[in-house]
Amino acid sequence: MKKIAFLFLSLSLSLFTIAQEDGVFVKKIPSVKLVDMDGKPVNTAELGLKGPVVFSFWALWCSPCKRELNTIHEMYETWQEETGVTVVAVSIDDEKTKSQVPVYVDGKGWEYLVLLDPNGDFKRAMGVNNVPHTFLVDTNGNVVYSHNSYAPGDEDKLYEEIKKLAGK
Amino acid sequence: MKNWILGICALSGSLTALGQSISAGSITGNMEATFQYLNADSLIGATQPSEKGLLNSYMNVFYTNGKFKAGTRIESYLPRIQGYPNRFDGTGIGMRYAGYANDYIDITLGNFYEQFGSGISFRAYEDRNLGYDNAMDGVRLILRPIEGVQIKAIYGRQRYSFQGGKVIVSDGLTRGIDAQLRLNSFFHRMDSVGLDITLGGSFVSKYQADNNEEYILPENVGSYGGRFDIRFKKLTFNGEYIHKENDPSADNGYIYNSGHAALANLGYSKKGFGVMLSAKSVDNMSLRSDRTAGLQDLFINYLPAMNKTHTYNLVATLYPYATQPLGEIAYQGELLYNIPKGILGKYAVPINVNYSVAYMPNRSMNGIDITDSSRIMYKTSAFNMSDSLLWQDFNINATYKFNKNLYVIGSYYNIRINNDVSKITPDAHGIISTQIGVLELGWKINKKHNIRAEFQGLFNQKIYEKDADGTFKRVGDDKGNWATGVLEYTISPNWFFGIMDQFNYGNKDADLRLHYVTVSAGWIKESTRVTINYGKQRAGLFCVGGVCRFVPASNGLTLSVTHSF
Repeated sequence: MKKIAFLFLSLSLSLFTIAQEDGVFVKKIPSVKLVDMDGKPVNTAELGLKGPVVFSFWALWCSPCKRELNTIHEMYETWQEETGVTVVAVSIDDEKTKSQVPVYVDGKGWEYLVLLDPNGDFKRAMGVNNVPHTFLVDTNGNVVYSHNSYAPGDEDKLYEEIKKLAGK
Repeated sequence: MKNWILGICALSGSLTALGQSISAGSITGNMEATFQYLNADSLIGATQPSEKGLLNSYMNVFYTNGKFKAGTRIESYLPRIQGYPNRFDGTGIGMRYAGYANDYIDITLGNFYEQFGSGISFRAYEDRNLGYDNAMDGVRLILRPIEGVQIKAIYGRQRYSFQGGKVIVSDGLTRGIDAQLRLNSFFHRMDSVGLDITLGGSFVSKYQADNNEEYILPENVGSYGGRFDIRFKKLTFNGEYIHKENDPSADNGYIYNSGHAALANLGYSKKGFGVMLSAKSVDNMSLRSDRTAGLQDLFINYLPAMNKTHTYNLVATLYPYATQPLGEIAYQGELLYNIPKGILGKYAVPINVNYSVAYMPNRSMNGIDITDSSRIMYKTSAFNMSDSLLWQDFNINATYKFNKNLYVIGSYYNIRINNDVSKITPDAHGIISTQIGVLELGWKINKKHNIRAEFQGLFNQKIYEKDADGTFKRVGDDKGNWATGVLEYTISPNWFFGIMDQFNYGNKDADLRLHYVTVSAGWIKESTRVTINYGKQRAGLFCVGGVCRFVPASNGLTLSVTHSF
């Protein structure tokens, strides 16, 4: 009987080790099916992007979100050249304001990949309480840094983290 | 016995080996706790609950491992904070589900949120800040048999309330099916000419036993319709039409008319320029899974209001417009143009113009006998509008950047709202008209320190009533002029401090010329955010320190902690 108890112990220990090694608490980008601004279906876990990815949750009715994305827009070319980062702007606008997202995005000349999440499926899966909420993700889809809310200067901290991730 | 032990040995060993290749899955989630200590303030309509303190909390925990997913939310209302339905109380499980998804099948048992098309036929949605949650409890199946085809089926009961730590579901049953077809997946040549077409259709039905003694009610009510989304290069055109069979309810006064909702958007955008025109027609389209429900409860569908969601405090909170599910015809135009850099200085100057208007539908009584047993009370058709104004909003704003660290935004709003239909204030009848101006200044002092200020004024507010001869006459004022100042100081990436004062300086009643002052401070570290607020707040969309949320009128202290993991 003791042997059996010992074996159970080792079994549970080895399961525990698995959990530890792969990190149960590593936040991965979940697979949610959305459409991009051109109506093309995308899977959030398989965007096929190279290099670091920034997911930024925003909405047209959220001024700080727009301030953040407009600020990054001015530096985006440099960011991309230096680190190969891609910014994915996830709009949580629902049907009330969703149709105006392309007007704003194109009007401002944003070069981001823009995804539409009108029923908050991706927002919920990522555990977003309020917008803006920004996640930095490595090439394996693991979240390595995140930040809720926006104050001018936050983009510098984000870029430091991007550079760290890109090994620059 | 030995074989058994050996078996465990082997299993244990192989699991350890597998440890390199199988993942233990991923746990994500978030939590929020909001505590309020409230004082009574009869002047602004804020009350003190007998507990004095209120606490709302919830935590979502989602588990995914490969194709398997499961999740739950624990909710707690001890008791609920202001703005939440007052029947919410207790601690318990507010949501739970298990599911499996691969490329062609996605099945969920338990709670789920879902939307068909633009949501005018079906939308199960949550907004925890608003206390809005009509999650389904049942089964959802999504099939993607071939590329470009998606079929969704839903069956269940909607969440109605949270009492004694338990979710209370609707008396009625909701079920539906939705199919969507993307033509580009079949005709690949469309991609090369820049054409993209998606078509869809849905059918939603609700069942509720006839529990009414006065009328013979339909127990099964169906609604159905179709939609399209066409894109040609930078031009987009989309629309949806849903017809609802007769659905006598408390909302429509138990009439037996059928209903409809129609939406259409036409847009064009390119770099530096975008324009969008939208139209909406709604008649008798309130659709709930319990025909006796009211307020924001148990809506099966979602009828978006056709106007801009404003964020500046005075515009957002004093005269907000809500959609009219019983009927409205609405139009909206939105334009964004960037004056290129070099013309008005070193930087481009974006100008945004928006106009929205809503009227009551035109209802004809021709050939209708309202005393007969059909209980069909009028005739109308899509986009057939009357001259009875519900809402009008013209607004324009422009941003000017002096240099990298200093900008100014100027905004102007001209709003008319029909207070007899969209009740905003108990003090007036007729149409309230007002003008609002806002000046926002942002100054980045150095790499981390930043000041932002807003100066808002609401002027020239009037109330009109229609005379017998159809002309509008000024009959009075609502609360008179307002001024609001906002000052926000942020230290990136961890701190913010803010103060806001709304001053009703133009109120005719000198005793009501009140200051509504709120001070706030917050600390943010990555995904954790702690905020403290003290002061008087009017109801509405409240934005400070980088985040927006909806709040009711209150006077007191609010402490809030959010974290995401």
